Amino acid sequence: MPLKLVPDNTNIGFVKLRFIAFAFTIALTLGAGVLLGLRGLNLGVDFLGGLTMQVEFQQPPELDTLRERVNQIGVGESALQEFGNPSTILVRLPLPEGDQAAVQRVVAQVRAGLEKDYPGVNFARVESVSGKVSDELITDGLWAVGLSMLFVAVFTWFRFEWYFGVSTVVALVHDVVVTLGFFALTQLEFDLNIVAAVLTIIGYSLNDKVVIDDRIRENLRKYRQMDIKQIIDLSVNETLPRTVMTSVTLLSALVALLILGPEVIFGFTAAMVLGIVVGTYSSIFVSSSLLISLGVKQRAADVSDKRAAGAERIG
Amino acid sequence: MLDFPKWKIWSIWLTIALCFLLAVPNALTPSQLAALPDGFPKGQLPLGLDLRGGSHLMLEATANDVEKAKLDALEDTVRAEMRAAEGGAIAVNDLSINRGQLTFSTDAAKLDQAIGILNKVTAPLGVGAAREVDVSRGSLPGQIVLRPTTAGINAAVDGAMAQAVEVIRKRIDELGTREPTIVRQGRTRIVVQVPGLQDPEALKALLGKTARLEFKLVDTAADPEEVAQGRAPPGSQILPVQEGGQAVVKRRAIITGDQLIDSQVSTDQNGAPAVSFRFDSTGGRRFAQATAENVGKPFAIILDGMIISAPNINEPILGGSGIISGNYTVQSANELAILLRSGKLPVELKVVEERTVGPDLGADSIRAGTIASIVSVLAVSGLMILTYGRFGVYSVIALVINVIMILGIMSAAGFTLTLPGIAGMVLTIGAAVDANVLINERIREEQRKGRGVFASVEIGFRDATRTIWDANSLNIIVAIIMFLFGSGPIKGFAVVLSIGIATSVFTAVTLVRLMASRWLMAARPAALNI
Repeated sequence: MPLKLVPDNTNIGFVKLRFIAFAFTIALTLGAGVLLGLRGLNLGVDFLGGLTMQVEFQQPPELDTLRERVNQIGVGESALQEFGNPSTILVRLPLPEGDQAAVQRVVAQVRAGLEKDYPGVNFARVESVSGKVSDELITDGLWAVGLSMLFVAVFTWFRFEWYFGVSTVVALVHDVVVTLGFFALTQLEFDLNIVAAVLTIIGYSLNDKVVIDDRIRENLRKYRQMDIKQIIDLSVNETLPRTVMTSVTLLSALVALLILGPEVIFGFTAAMVLGIVVGTYSSIFVSSSLLISLGVKQRAADVSDKRAAGAERIG
Repeated sequence: MLDFPKWKIWSIWLTIALCFLLAVPNALTPSQLAALPDGFPKGQLPLGLDLRGGSHLMLEATANDVEKAKLDALEDTVRAEMRAAEGGAIAVNDLSINRGQLTFSTDAAKLDQAIGILNKVTAPLGVGAAREVDVSRGSLPGQIVLRPTTAGINAAVDGAMAQAVEVIRKRIDELGTREPTIVRQGRTRIVVQVPGLQDPEALKALLGKTARLEFKLVDTAADPEEVAQGRAPPGSQILPVQEGGQAVVKRRAIITGDQLIDSQVSTDQNGAPAVSFRFDSTGGRRFAQATAENVGKPFAIILDGMIISAPNINEPILGGSGIISGNYTVQSANELAILLRSGKLPVELKVVEERTVGPDLGADSIRAGTIASIVSVLAVSGLMILTYGRFGVYSVIALVINVIMILGIMSAAGFTLTLPGIAGMVLTIGAAVDANVLINERIREEQRKGRGVFASVEIGFRDATRTIWDANSLNIIVAIIMFLFGSGPIKGFAVVLSIGIATSVFTAVTLVRLMASRWLMAARPAALNI
């Protein structure tokens, strides 16, 4: 007998639960927003400028002594953090004042200083970004996320109906805000890789929503007399085995990467794991139920029938 | 859906075989690779610096510097042309470079002739080319103003950057590093990637110096009091001296490093490390002439606006070669020799971004990444096979082929595999898994409705395919936006994602359908255990 994560023919009243779900979602989003406002993101060197060095010492160094030594070099307050094991320390320094090349002078000073104080020290990773470049990276990142959302909205609008576009984007905004809130809460470093993760979460969550939207449209055509609430419940239930199976499979792969994978991608995988959980939740509970609040009607199927006829591809 | 014409089957297997062939070089050692016959694909997928260790440096030039260099060059042109003017030299007085323009005064009588000459020498090359310099009368009588146009500055920036790339290449080659990547990025940036470098400081020191070498006569007539207040006599300038203090030298260089053809480490008469240099024949003649005319006077050797030493000219230097001595160590002398050999940078470059990964960390990342990927694939395969039985096995076969296809296409297209790229690969596997889950769940549904085996599979594939196309075309859009707007790691991720989405739709939909249909046709099962 094959394994079934979700029993056959479930009939869960997701639509009935929608007000609870909406309240929960709003609370979650607001909570994440407030966290974001209060604690802010622990922005990495990519976005703040300055430098990060992953330094491997022969023995675990005394952090206070090390901090004092780095601060003595006179380039600003350093932030130290263990990275993976006690002998590996992440040293972060803020963007120094001065021209574009100022960061580079600091890198050289810190390298020389630590090599003198801790013989045998190894610089496993050095990243330094000047102020101008970090500003550009922020702008690029915002553009990438914003444009992706916009194109998604436009595409879903053309492919389906505007209701679907709006509900999808609302759910995606929720996914992104909650993910950012998670980063504000844990203070994991937020760098360019995490932006890639956020974009992936958008892509994945989108995938989930398109699958359900597709089924809703199909059922709207199939059951012309059925109440819209029933149709949505039916569609979400019908796609539930797929939604759960895909998420569980991907999560199993990601958890392996999270636990066994290199330290460098920890933040990335953590974001992906959370994003998949959040995205799956919003697909099942938020985006489809939201269609009712947006006033989707039976005739929506007729319009999209015509549209889809032109766009349909013969598989 | 389940009928496959012969040509379709052939093209599916041919596509897969081709991608396999492209992926093969990755599994070979260099010697095996060399033994391959000509025409066989040999591209290996290079690992990104985050995986194998190395330095990524982004250098930036300021457009202002280029503009200034252009104006400095213009000064030389003006002086040379005015000196060589027909009917006797035209005077060049009060020449100054300020606010992006060059101004000088001359005799009112020769003003028109001067403007005519300058217009002619700055005339654009080629028909329809834009003027690079505007020549006009200034507000004062007898004054001429030369101002580079936007087109002129752009052309200068372009030329300077292209030349800078060449100089950087020479300098890095001198260091003996293997396979550096040096590319221009945008208008004023150059990205340098050097794999496997432990200490990038030496590299940065080498790239951060302009290495403009000049020989100028020391202005011994300057009034020390004036100089102390920072005022140099006309035609002279005050420059800092390496050992401290400052000195006054003539503005005009008697010779510059442009005419150098070689430079090596050597020792001076006291046995200390020094740098020897040799001019080409024209440079050598000019050097000989200049030293012959100025025996007994001191001249300054200036590097990047800093006086390194100012020896006396004891006798004319006729051989076209000389020695620079200062407080050098063997290492710093070697560095200077490399800089002089490879020529000066046309513009000053600053390191604005550095990402260095030590080779050990890179190796750790590869090991951890490999183990994690294997476990991920096992987890996914296990779940799929447990859940969907035979159809799960098809999906897993498709998954493996998918990964090999991605590797093959990336090797052939010359992309680099980075850590975010591996993450992208995992996501692609997710997309492929999802496609199969969609299909299999659909088949299950149709079976529950009481349809027969063939009808269920047929409808399952048909309906799921539409959804898969919807979802993946959206993902492609997101991937393209990431590629266009993202930088660094995001780009690497987007590349893998775009290729992977295409291959995963191909393997998860087309290939699995082919395998399923062959089995159905051959076995004609009465029931599906799915």
